[in-house]
Amino acid sequence: MGISFDNIKTILRRELRGYFNSPIAYIVVVIFLIINGWFFASSIFLINEVTLDNFLGNMPLLFIFFIPAMTMGLFSDEIKSGTIEILATMPLKDEEIIIGKFLSAFSLMAVAISLTLIHPITLMFLGKVDMGQVIGSYSGLYLLSASFVSAGVFCSALTKNQIVAFIISFIICFVSFMFGKILSFVPAFIVSFIEYLSIDYHFGNISKGIIDSRDLIYYFSVILFFYYMTVSVLGSRRWK
Amino acid sequence: MFGCKIMIEVKDLSKKYDKLLAVDNISFSITKSEIVGFLGPNGAGKTTTLKIVTCYIPPTSGSIKVAGFDIFENSLEVRKNIGYLPESNSLYYEMGVVEYLEFIANLRHIEKNKVKSRIKEVAEVCGLVDVIKKDIGELSKGYKQRVGIAQAIIHDPPILILDEPTSGLDPNQIVQIRELIKKLGREKTVVLSTHILSEVQATCDRAIIINKGKIVADGKTDELHGMIEGKDKVYIKLKGPEEKVVKLLKAVPNVEGVEVQDKEGPARGYQLQISKGVDMREELYNFSVTNKWPLLELKREVVSLEDVFRELTAGE
Repeated sequence: MGISFDNIKTILRRELRGYFNSPIAYIVVVIFLIINGWFFASSIFLINEVTLDNFLGNMPLLFIFFIPAMTMGLFSDEIKSGTIEILATMPLKDEEIIIGKFLSAFSLMAVAISLTLIHPITLMFLGKVDMGQVIGSYSGLYLLSASFVSAGVFCSALTKNQIVAFIISFIICFVSFMFGKILSFVPAFIVSFIEYLSIDYHFGNISKGIIDSRDLIYYFSVILFFYYMTVSVLGSRRWK
Repeated sequence: MFGCKIMIEVKDLSKKYDKLLAVDNISFSITKSEIVGFLGPNGAGKTTTLKIVTCYIPPTSGSIKVAGFDIFENSLEVRKNIGYLPESNSLYYEMGVVEYLEFIANLRHIEKNKVKSRIKEVAEVCGLVDVIKKDIGELSKGYKQRVGIAQAIIHDPPILILDEPTSGLDPNQIVQIRELIKKLGREKTVVLSTHILSEVQATCDRAIIINKGKIVADGKTDELHGMIEGKDKVYIKLKGPEEKVVKLLKAVPNVEGVEVQDKEGPARGYQLQISKGVDMREELYNFSVTNKWPLLELKREVVSLEDVFRELTAGE
């Protein structure tokens, strides 16, 4: 009783076509790139330094807005229109549907992230770029976006209302991001706990160029956590 | 027993939604190559039953086998053997017809090199050839319904489950869809649900009438008439004084009830309840002649499926 990659591929292809048949993919990617370009270009000439700190540090903040927007419709649309009934009565496992949808949003996000590589490449012509930081940061960005996408897919399965799905996943992403920013306000004994939960803290570690198994485990457990939550939400809808 | 293989077997099925008992302990079985009409008023539990058989929602209790597979233990096998048109006929409106059928064909694991020819076949069977290049969202309701049916038969399943296949269609489309269903029913087991009686009469070999979650009748379509413990009716229109006519009519043997139905000047239309199986027309003619009340109309009303249905599903 394994998972069929053919089924995942079929779902993934349909979702990707869905993204590109509607304006949403273009709008999201283009706006994402414009804002990133602005983060990169606005400071680089002022401080006159070959650094990516500002640019890379702000990208997770953008994810908080963009990823929920891309994942909000994945399940809620199908629940609302009723097409979930067709999918659920196909010889197809819930897991395959979830993985297919996850991969569609993640691959779109990965393409958007990869397109921003143009900025570090430009910098290489201007001076010496810290390659460790670039490689670390981009690995971190992919992992971070995958975690947010996983949370977004889960939220989308919760409701037939896209806006509600957006808001819930926005809150989840935002809170996990804010954990890292409020450390100075929380009691000392839970600082390390909150810090460990903070998605930003792990991103900070990786983006220094240090790829530590603890950070990798963190991201993979977030992705799997929301994956299993989605499996159980879909399962409960069916077997209630 | 060839040709009599049980395709769907439902045993003691119940389904509870919170407090509402939608399906109440029903059992039935459907053999190969039957066209079965699932008939009942809205909210009787038809759709719920079909959703359980297709593995969309689970039953609260009971067991179901489809093509020999249990819906719990072998859900994927059950789903492989069924083609399903849901009540809502939900489709991806932004997809093209071919694109959608390709998507379904892939999910149904039709071999890659056969997908194109298979789509062509179902498009012909379902009359979709003219609209094959359009987006589903642009299609009329009748064509959307055909896309839904095409989707259901693309993998040539032995069992077809169609939930309200003709709802919302115009009369021409209804006739076409019915013909399509009959054609499909020659080699497949077809279960269709409807609240329209003439649909069952027109397409089905067998009707299962369900009301308030219970099966109230199950039998060959043409045998259903006999299931009702009703009386035959005769409509008679006479020109004569109402009170006297009623009184004398009641005195005629075999007439069990008289009811004034309509008025037309001095004439009155009466509906008479007659003991079952007695033909009273001649006697009623003589009755009018003897009393010298001119006879304007006389008509025997055989119990229709309509009456059977109404009687079986009437509220308490």
